[in-house]
Amino acid sequence: MATALDTPTEKPLDAFREEARAWLETNFPKSLEGKENAFLSIDAPAQTSPDYLAWKQAMADKGWGVPTWPKQYGGGSLSRAEARMLAEEMARIGAWNPIGGMGVMMFGPTLLEYGSEEQKQRHIPPIARGEIRWCQGYSEPGAGSDLAALQTRAEDKGDHFLVNGQKTWTSGGQWADWCFALVRTDSTRKHEGISFLLIDMKSPGVDVRPIRLISGSSPFCETFFTDVEVPKENLVGPLGGGWTIGKRLLQHERTNLSGGGRLAAAMGRSLVDIAKHYVGTDNEGRIADADLRQRIIRYEMEMRAFTMTARRVMEEAKGGGVSTASSILKNVGAKLTQERAELTIEIMGMSGLGWEGEMFSESELSATRSWLWGKAVTIYGGSTEIQNNVIAKRILGMLDHQ
Amino acid sequence: MAALNDEQIMLRDMAREWVQNEAPVSAFRKVRDSGTKLGYDPEAYAAMAAMGWVGIVIPEAYGGSDFGYLSLGLVLEETGRTLVASPLASSGLAAASALVLGGTESQKQAWLSGIASGEVVAGLAVDEGPRHEPTKIETRAERSQDGWRISGTKSFVAEGDGASLFIVAARTDAGVGLFLVPGEVEGLTRATRRMADSRSHADIRLAGVQLGEEALLGSEDGAALLDQVLDRARVGTAAEMLGMAEQAFQTTLDFLKSRVQFGQTLATFQALQHRMAKLYTDMELMRSVVEAALEAVDAGRSDLPVLASLAKATANETLHLMSREMIQLHGGIGMTDEHEAGFYIKRARVLENMWGNASFHRERFARLSGF
Repeated sequence: MATALDTPTEKPLDAFREEARAWLETNFPKSLEGKENAFLSIDAPAQTSPDYLAWKQAMADKGWGVPTWPKQYGGGSLSRAEARMLAEEMARIGAWNPIGGMGVMMFGPTLLEYGSEEQKQRHIPPIARGEIRWCQGYSEPGAGSDLAALQTRAEDKGDHFLVNGQKTWTSGGQWADWCFALVRTDSTRKHEGISFLLIDMKSPGVDVRPIRLISGSSPFCETFFTDVEVPKENLVGPLGGGWTIGKRLLQHERTNLSGGGRLAAAMGRSLVDIAKHYVGTDNEGRIADADLRQRIIRYEMEMRAFTMTARRVMEEAKGGGVSTASSILKNVGAKLTQERAELTIEIMGMSGLGWEGEMFSESELSATRSWLWGKAVTIYGGSTEIQNNVIAKRILGMLDHQ
Repeated sequence: MAALNDEQIMLRDMAREWVQNEAPVSAFRKVRDSGTKLGYDPEAYAAMAAMGWVGIVIPEAYGGSDFGYLSLGLVLEETGRTLVASPLASSGLAAASALVLGGTESQKQAWLSGIASGEVVAGLAVDEGPRHEPTKIETRAERSQDGWRISGTKSFVAEGDGASLFIVAARTDAGVGLFLVPGEVEGLTRATRRMADSRSHADIRLAGVQLGEEALLGSEDGAALLDQVLDRARVGTAAEMLGMAEQAFQTTLDFLKSRVQFGQTLATFQALQHRMAKLYTDMELMRSVVEAALEAVDAGRSDLPVLASLAKATANETLHLMSREMIQLHGGIGMTDEHEAGFYIKRARVLENMWGNASFHRERFARLSGF
């Protein structure tokens, strides 16, 4: 029987698990153990140590960076069950997937579903090998939560589109090779006037400016398109069919963003350990601050419930891919990520607010930055309020408020 | 929804159909209005037993189907939806678990088939005050010439008015033991507690009740057995609460979609949409922890205590909020006795207290996890 438990019961090793274990043993460099960059998709360009490059090469050759994608496009053609075994085996030895980013999480699955054969053959293999970085051209200064109000124009010039406009919150735009964008091809219709277009970021007329955030980092950019020529072959799906494709991609995005829990876990020590270190324990071994302890308990319980729910939703979606439950997971995961960050800096007191310098430990400085960066998670990928609209309308069938 | 096998799906569908046709909320209202001390309709309970529901966790050798806790949870969830008044949770879940886990061959032979058939209604008598405190047991069981002599008072025993068998936790020289106490034994008196949920609860007074050797269930130092029994009761109760929360939510959603004010249905107001989205999200989390705990019982997992506390604490908090919002979102009609919202909030609070409230289980979760 499938189970929603968050710690899997011991299963007999089957042939695939043996194979994965042996292959990882041979190919994963021990020096990289536990050194995953949790913000891979939006952070600075990838690491370049020889061990890292060798590991990435090995995973790319094997197709296991995108284990469930078809082999013909550079994936591993593994079943979901096999992919889960692979993930479990990787977690067991502190190994991690060096191939990630928006291409893997969002664009690839969407293109596999909606792209033409030529588009798939051209764009999927480089994503599967981690050679090409993609960024997302969705939001605009005047189109955030109301995404369909976007104004970036793509004019039909016969053999190409001419693109003019401004995108914002382009994650990793300064390092991206390509951009998947929603553009307006018809200004007379709101949703049906939107098309899904692939734009080479090296094209003349593309200008990228990083945006500095409250955390001090610049993971997002403003991207300006001035008379950018885009070949017709870069249109995905039918003209005016971009909204459907774009929404589908957002479901993939939410499903991945809801890994907020995973992100939190990757941040290192448990809240309980941090609290015992900074706050101390009473004579019964409990966290000394009773009020803080209660709130940590609540956080930990909800975290367990969230992990179980994420697993249950995956079980139920068997083969069916993403579901409307992605909105629920995104909201809960995002809330927990922020809750954890707020609790962490509260536990650390003034030391949790250090900005830079040697007077603070690495984990203290990272707590400050993560806390501020984390304010993004309830906003991007559809804010908590937008997800609540989705839940109310699409799942509960409550009528449109507009 | 947990992955169910074909038999479980059949069982759930059968339960759902029976509840809708034979035991809607109006059936509960009828039981309440009848003023019965018993707190349930014996004919309905006989029907449930005849369908095999009371014997789901009882082995086949003793008249049950040995179908597991996830299966019993499915039935409790369905009966919870319409507040079906029955001793299923007391007798078929809590008491049956105690006998299955701790009983000798002859004890099982003596009681289990009667419980499964519904002829015996059994209750679990642990607490001695208004709050669940299984470590504070003062009822004494002393060795007597040819058995045991038990004295003390148990409070708020569910099905206390009608039960023909009590499983009583009492202090022995070695710790806390569980004892099989027939309802009609000399020295046992019952005092009904009329409570908000209109179900049967009673204080059970044991004044030097004389019992034979075979009254002891398990060992004289039976705290571990008691813990196992309580965790099963907690998890099953959480399943019942899941059904209640789901129906309370559905009833409220249907109301919001039909009630018109300012020329539009309430469901079109974003302030209400977001409250419903929050409740729905909470219920998804609740379902995950309840199903995980039921599966943990069936799988014999060693971390069941942690998962049971997680399930009960979550169920308590979610149903608590749901039952409050049900009234608020219904407005004035939700305050009337004619409407069913009141039934849900009254029963919710009783079940929240039963086998540990949210703070009890948060504390237990934390201690077991080393916080």
